[in-house]
Amino acid sequence: MKFEQWNGFIEGDWQDGVDVRDFIDKNYTPYTGDGSFLKGATERTKKALNELERLKKLEQERGGVLSVDTSTVSSLCNYKPGYLTDEDIIVGLQTDEPLKRGVNPFGGIRMARSACEAYGYKLSDKIEEYFTYRTTHNDGVFRVYTDEMKAARHCALLTGLPDAYGRGRIIGDYRRVALYGIDYLIKQKENDKKKVGENYMDVENIRLLEELYQQITFLGLLKKMALSYGYDISKPASTAKEAIQWTYFAYLAANKEQNGAAMSFGRTSTFFDVYIERDLKNGILDETGAQELIDDLVLKLRCARHLRTPEYNELFGGDPMWITESIGGMNLNHKTLVTKSSFRILNTLYNLGPAPEPNLTVLWSHALPKEFKKFCAKVSCDTDAIQYENDDLMRTRFGDDYAIACCVSAMKVGKQMQFFGARTNLAKLLLLALNGGVDNMFGTRIGPQMEPMNDGILDYSKVMERFNIYLSWLCKLYVNTMNCIHYMHDKYAYEKTQMALHDTDVSRKMAFGVAGLSVITDSLSAIKYAKVKPICDENGIIVDFETVGDFPKYGNDDDRVDEIAQDMLVRVHNELKKTPAYRGAKHSLSALTITSNVMYGKKTGATPDGRKKGEPFAPGANPMHNREHNGALASLNSVSKLPYSTTSDGISNTFSIIPDALGKTDAERVDNLVSILDGYFLNNAHHINVNVMNRETLLDAYDHPEKYPNLTIRVSGYAVNFCKLSREQQREVIMRTFHTVM
Amino acid sequence: MTGRIHSFQSLGTVDGPGVRCVVFMQGCPLRCICCHNPDTWNFQAGETVDTDTLLKKILRFRSYFGENGGVTVSGGEPLMQAPFLAELFCKLKNAGINTCLDTSGCVLNSDVESVLDFTDIVLLDHKYSNEEDYFKFTKAHLNDVERFLSELEKRNIPTWLRRVIIPDKNDGENSVQLLCDTAKRFSCVKKIELLPFRNFCEEKYNALGIEFPLKNTKTPSKEKMELLSSLIPQKYR
Repeated sequence: MKFEQWNGFIEGDWQDGVDVRDFIDKNYTPYTGDGSFLKGATERTKKALNELERLKKLEQERGGVLSVDTSTVSSLCNYKPGYLTDEDIIVGLQTDEPLKRGVNPFGGIRMARSACEAYGYKLSDKIEEYFTYRTTHNDGVFRVYTDEMKAARHCALLTGLPDAYGRGRIIGDYRRVALYGIDYLIKQKENDKKKVGENYMDVENIRLLEELYQQITFLGLLKKMALSYGYDISKPASTAKEAIQWTYFAYLAANKEQNGAAMSFGRTSTFFDVYIERDLKNGILDETGAQELIDDLVLKLRCARHLRTPEYNELFGGDPMWITESIGGMNLNHKTLVTKSSFRILNTLYNLGPAPEPNLTVLWSHALPKEFKKFCAKVSCDTDAIQYENDDLMRTRFGDDYAIACCVSAMKVGKQMQFFGARTNLAKLLLLALNGGVDNMFGTRIGPQMEPMNDGILDYSKVMERFNIYLSWLCKLYVNTMNCIHYMHDKYAYEKTQMALHDTDVSRKMAFGVAGLSVITDSLSAIKYAKVKPICDENGIIVDFETVGDFPKYGNDDDRVDEIAQDMLVRVHNELKKTPAYRGAKHSLSALTITSNVMYGKKTGATPDGRKKGEPFAPGANPMHNREHNGALASLNSVSKLPYSTTSDGISNTFSIIPDALGKTDAERVDNLVSILDGYFLNNAHHINVNVMNRETLLDAYDHPEKYPNLTIRVSGYAVNFCKLSREQQREVIMRTFHTVM
Repeated sequence: MTGRIHSFQSLGTVDGPGVRCVVFMQGCPLRCICCHNPDTWNFQAGETVDTDTLLKKILRFRSYFGENGGVTVSGGEPLMQAPFLAELFCKLKNAGINTCLDTSGCVLNSDVESVLDFTDIVLLDHKYSNEEDYFKFTKAHLNDVERFLSELEKRNIPTWLRRVIIPDKNDGENSVQLLCDTAKRFSCVKKIELLPFRNFCEEKYNALGIEFPLKNTKTPSKEKMELLSSLIPQKYR
């Protein structure tokens, strides 16, 4: 098949069916040079940026929400076109005005209602009435939740479950719209539907048929939405500007339809680069223009907002969207996927200033071009806004056209989707096991009921024996809970736009997670290597511990304790796999907390490692704060030992270092950071957030937020505007280990 | 063979080129008034470790060393445990790891010569440029440092001269000029580093019950450091 919009591209399989990867592979231009070709922001870009900054300031002044449209249900064609300025190059906003939030009650009407009320708005009667006749995802889930599921949720053994809002973490292959145009995509889906219709009509096939019907409908709506902005996207994009616009429209449609927790953008910069190179060659674009296109795209992405409740913000602080864009990496033929546009998208952090969104994620390979590595390290030192993930590790499992969902979770773009599963609190589970099925914070009786282990010094092997019983119980409950959630999400809040931009025959994974990894690891180490005696209240419930003697602590490259952490992840994964997941999904696991480590800590009693009741956990797979005594690399080594094979949904590590500890000059700091990243990833580590900053900066920002409106820091798999975190979350970030010079 | 170490820092980026593990040895015969690690003086303190254990530990970090990094041994005065150090450096060289010695250069004997056989770079802490001040502020002799430098010259070991700049003690332009003159006499000197004196070790002194002689001395200003650094010839920067 041929479109005139494809003139100048090298032909290939990509013309005979949807295959964006093949298109990129045949047509992209690797770039191994440095960033000296980059251009700054144009006057127009600066004006647009000023306008966004003005609105953001206003938003902050109004308590975090600029305004809410309470009478429209968010969807593709329900708002009039909106613009940031009258000179927008890339157009499209979620509602009719920048930063105005829409309501999306499909996940749950209660959540939409209370989110409105939290900011002084009232959900319109019209919407309230409409949703009395309509079942939401949240209604569905609570119709089937068992008492035990509700109890596990109540006492925060399972937390952050996507049962009241969009599950997110699904990445549509938005590039398809640019490469093929909507009409072709609709035709392909109609063919698929016809084929499915020839099968035996079991539950699976009937459901798939209905989903395809919805996908086709929403592709039509996407076309209509674009038309309202004056663009006909029925055919492929013919220029770089159109390619970016078409792709953005598809993403925007997904964002209007779904309020998913994490709405990744995918892996687009090298795809765009093919179009930019063609336009440069044809003389219809220059470097300034190319950068301006990327800048304007990023400005639009920075306008994205969802309306959330305060409880949600407590879990996921700083109003994050996880518009994750994956950059760089290598292809399967060992050729780098870095292009000039990989630099251009990172350059937005200079042209538009540091910001948390989009969540720029560098796919690091040892074989990346040296200049690109250095450029990334420089961006980290200057902005603290990017994260790194191990391409060499992921490429072998996900090929060379995967992208990161949310923070650390890799998926083949357009070919894999996932059922987001939040996380379970391992530290709490240990306490529950020791107390024989009583949660000592909520008084809840849950799980197998046994005698508490409150009789003298704890014996490691007996504790492990007991713990395994509870882990086994919990994992079954966890999978079953997830199955209920995702059955109902498919039924009542199916991602029509995003799934239309996947292969019909999609593979699925169920993404489970753990919190409190370092707390349970150090606690078990204390029980094994020191003497831990439980302290009980008057009812014999263990409420604290007396720990005598030293014990090895995770984060010091000490195998005695690091093996406990490794073993824990394998154990959890194995137990999860024993219960089949909904729709044949594969069980995957992550060690990632977002900012919920604060909330998890708050709801967890004192632990044998010496952590006091209510104290925050370390985020993700991080060692506990200030327990690292052998310096930064030892800490990195401990984390790098965690097995990606069982934790393939991602292992998040947040690393903060003061500039002086990274080298004496800017050039030294860049080179040293490159060496550290190379070393860390050569050790098979998976992910790292890098902050190069002084604690004093954060302390000053804590006291004088007005001085730091754009202070961006990496927290756990994402970047956040420091001033948008709660006071509690800010204090936790300040408490963390900052690697310094001796 | 075993030695006494004060501590191990897996990430060092300011003691020699690139990313380096830094081993701080226990024990020092000098008593520099500006010392920021008084807890390394006592020869009896610290932790005993054998070279194989230390080597094994260091090897865990080799992936981070890149093209220029490696290991720096500092202290304390590492050369006071020269036999241990020689064995460690020999093993590191056999493993292909770059070795860097951070020393005052006040010790030279046959054991030290064995260390130098396996040393890639020396960071020589050249504290003062005249014998009177040198002895007054360190209780050691400048002559010994000269002798050590001559040995490095003979062996052609790349050497960085380092000096902590202390207000009112050695922060005159003349003092830096003399340091540069020393450098010019030895072709093994590749770099001169001026480090500002810092005052944040007072707590350590208090904990040890030792009076910190420079507790009222301030860190030299950035301008001052820039001025002094500008006196260093380009080829040593």
